Amino acid sequence: MLIKKPSDIAPSEITPESIYLARRDFMRGTIATGVLGAAALSSQHLLADPSYVAADAVNKGPEWLNTQIARAKADSQKLSETLTPFEHVSGHNNFYEFGYDKTDPAKKSQKFKPHPWQVEIAGQVAKPGKYNLEDLLKGINLEERVYRLRCVEAWSMVIPWVGFPLASLLKRFEPNSNAKYVSFVTLKDSNQFPAQASSLSTIDWPYREALRIDEAMNPLTLLAVGLYGKTLPNQNGAPLRLVVPWKYGFKSIKSIVKIEFTERQPKTTWSQLAPDEYGFYANVNPNVDHPRWTQAKERRLPSGLFSPNVIPTQMFNGYADQVASLYTGLDLKKFY
Amino acid sequence: MPVIWRRVLIFAVSLLPLLFIVYKTITNQLGADPAKAIVLFTGTWAFYFLLITLLVSPLKRLANQSWLMAHRRMLGLFTLFYAIAHLLSYLIFILGLDFSSFGSELVKRPYILLTIPAVILLIALGATSTQAMMRRLGKNWVKLHKSIYLIAILAWLHVLLQVRSSYADAVLFGVLTALLLGVRLYWTLRKAQRR
Repeated sequence: MLIKKPSDIAPSEITPESIYLARRDFMRGTIATGVLGAAALSSQHLLADPSYVAADAVNKGPEWLNTQIARAKADSQKLSETLTPFEHVSGHNNFYEFGYDKTDPAKKSQKFKPHPWQVEIAGQVAKPGKYNLEDLLKGINLEERVYRLRCVEAWSMVIPWVGFPLASLLKRFEPNSNAKYVSFVTLKDSNQFPAQASSLSTIDWPYREALRIDEAMNPLTLLAVGLYGKTLPNQNGAPLRLVVPWKYGFKSIKSIVKIEFTERQPKTTWSQLAPDEYGFYANVNPNVDHPRWTQAKERRLPSGLFSPNVIPTQMFNGYADQVASLYTGLDLKKFY
Repeated sequence: MPVIWRRVLIFAVSLLPLLFIVYKTITNQLGADPAKAIVLFTGTWAFYFLLITLLVSPLKRLANQSWLMAHRRMLGLFTLFYAIAHLLSYLIFILGLDFSSFGSELVKRPYILLTIPAVILLIALGATSTQAMMRRLGKNWVKLHKSIYLIAILAWLHVLLQVRSSYADAVLFGVLTALLLGVRLYWTLRKAQRR
């Protein structure tokens, strides 16, 4: 009897490990988009994450925004890290317009009115003007994005935002070739922001932030209108805020009333206040210390008492793959 | 009220901040970052007790409230107590007892480094606060215990160097410290003039 020996398989025929492993990712991705992607966020809440339920309980958004958020596409590439519970995301905030304590924003933002809301578009664009938030969001497909948030104070969270890429909005106003930077301004109104009336504040209100145009156009850069499947709570920057996950949290400006395209690098609040501590770029970088503390590690919140949840900080907050190329040739120790 | 009852009362009241923060901790009311809340709270109360201790002798002189002098030692010891609680909670809750990072933080951060002499002096004052030590040290006791003024200035610098978004704390503690030290300086200068 002839037993046929299987012919040797040529090395070229063997599927490299990286590809067959990628197939698993592909399958997982298809399943995720198939199951979750088709199902909008509203039905996902039923997956019984108490944080989604809690966000629902405090949600006060207008009908049109609630409807739009409920239709948001789920994040198909969700981080594997544990989400920070809603009570901490909405209870531990730096929003100095409401007060300097971490609990002030939640306590003192009850009177804040995020609706109706207008945003002024200005500078180097073909279509400047004042736009109602509702008109800005018309036709935009919202999506959930789970991002790490790394505060410059060395604590961090993982937050499921609801928003849309900033680029998709900016392109609509047709910026011209002089538009090298995009600057953002927060509302100035001491009736709604009590701490803006304080004479002991070091900050020259309104709060300002800015990005280079290529940073603003990066697909990671998000304009958020919600979190945990509902409209943004006032203390998280309602109704419209920036989320730039590879930069320290203070770059992600809240309650935006003005977006301006400029030719020169705009002045930003913290970099003016303490230029040796807060740079224009403010990219998360474990190798460049804050003068008063190390940035090599972070406390992932909630952090317990006797075993503090201290983890190493990643370069660009773990988003180096997507953004490191923006800074080739730039000395990140100098341009922190 | 007999002195012993006043002692018990002041002791109990001085423990209230501690009970408050322990209660908030075990009932989970300190939010997402309890470590930072505890460090801030104990530090703030250490400074309050330092100011209260410094208030005793001006009150005696200006308002004729000499009964307070009998309680100054206890107030001073509570300053030491809350300062140690502040340091320990930083070491345990923030650094997780990682002494190598404490070392590197000390070298790099002046606002932390300058608390070291303040803590050493506070411990020295606490250790020499007994009647027996007063007798043993004699005149030197007063000299040693005048270092409380230096401690107050170091504590204020510790606050000032951390000013970020508001001058409120630095101004509050600065004004109170300046008043309490200023009145002493004024008295000393006047006495020197009279001679």
